[in-house]
Amino acid sequence: MLVTAAYAAGAEHATENSFPPFDSSTFSSQILWLAITFGLFYLFMSRVVLPRIGSILETRRDRIAQDLNEANRLKLESDQAFAAYEQELAEARSNAHEIAQTARDEAKADADAERAKVEAEVAGRLEKAEAEIAAVKSKALAEVDAIAVDTTSAIVEQLIGGTVTKARVTAAVKAAAEGRE
Amino acid sequence: MANDPIHQFQISKLIPIDVGGLDLSFTNSSLFMVATVAVASAFLFLTTSNRGMVPSRMQSISEMGYEFVASMLRDGAGSAGMRFFPMVFSLFMFVLVANLLGMFPYFFTITSHIIVTFMLSLLVIGTVVVYGFWKHGLGFLKLFVPSGIPMVLMPLVVLIEVISFLSRPISLSVRLFANMLAGHITLKVFAGFVTSLGAMGALGIGGAILPLFMAVALTGLEFLVAFLQAYVFAVLTCMYLNDALHPGH
Repeated sequence: MLVTAAYAAGAEHATENSFPPFDSSTFSSQILWLAITFGLFYLFMSRVVLPRIGSILETRRDRIAQDLNEANRLKLESDQAFAAYEQELAEARSNAHEIAQTARDEAKADADAERAKVEAEVAGRLEKAEAEIAAVKSKALAEVDAIAVDTTSAIVEQLIGGTVTKARVTAAVKAAAEGRE
Repeated sequence: MANDPIHQFQISKLIPIDVGGLDLSFTNSSLFMVATVAVASAFLFLTTSNRGMVPSRMQSISEMGYEFVASMLRDGAGSAGMRFFPMVFSLFMFVLVANLLGMFPYFFTITSHIIVTFMLSLLVIGTVVVYGFWKHGLGFLKLFVPSGIPMVLMPLVVLIEVISFLSRPISLSVRLFANMLAGHITLKVFAGFVTSLGAMGALGIGGAILPLFMAVALTGLEFLVAFLQAYVFAVLTCMYLNDALHPGH
């Protein structure tokens, strides 16, 4: 301010032609208006604008930190869920394996039993059939002898005109059958 | 007169005010101080009015300015320096917007007047001195006594330190003032060549091409200087404030 006063004293001598930035007659006015405008600017910045921008940045920083935490938490959760899923999958797989094994064993046992039953049945029928065949065969063979006796006595009767006793015919047929064999 | 490169720095009274022999007129300089403050305030206020979580382009410009100055101050003066953040931010924005407004043709550049830049640097140095003594008392004078200097050299070193401290407000203000002044004069001179050569006929128009390119290139350079000087002013402010906060070297 001392400087200003000193300059202001010589202000009248300043001429139009002097270099404007060094024209001291304008200093007082410039200092006053600079003080007013810059002072107001400073107040406006420090009271309104800077707190506002500061709070915007602060809020954003908090929000980002919060979002990151949330993301971490979710990632942890999804990791846990994935691990649980894998474990369940492994359990399910071993269960399925067990069930399949049991089913296979049961089916095999059933099939074996069935087959044994069927085989036994078939063997029984076969035996019965063989017995029947043997009975029929022996009966037929017995009848063959009777028919041969009857036929022989009939042929003899026709050829010689007399009768032969049944006992002789039977003996002859038997001898012939044995001779043929 | 139109080609006088000094004419653009002329101060003219718009509303004459005289208080007890002191000339306090509202001049074209005052008008552009008001304009600077209005433009800077309106931009910063309006672009941040939405308080967007996701910033719009304009809002991110304001946020970038904020973080730019904040990191500059934190690097220069430590986190204790953040108490001066409003002052450094205001200085940076005021000088930057004043410089940039001065780039408009026919606009007045308030930072091309030494008294303005000198007052701004006095504000900085005044803050440093007042805060330094208030915080550290006489310990602030340790600023002039670097540690680890032989006693023989001490008077010389202290003298140099004192001179360098006293020259700070001068260098701080002259740097900004001279850059803006010289830039605008150069621009005006080259632009003046273009018009005066162009008036000389066909040959003159051919010759005017070179200064025209110069004027275009200088305009780009001046925009850089406008930003750079505001930045330098703010960085030096941070460094000087660092002395007030931590006087021991």
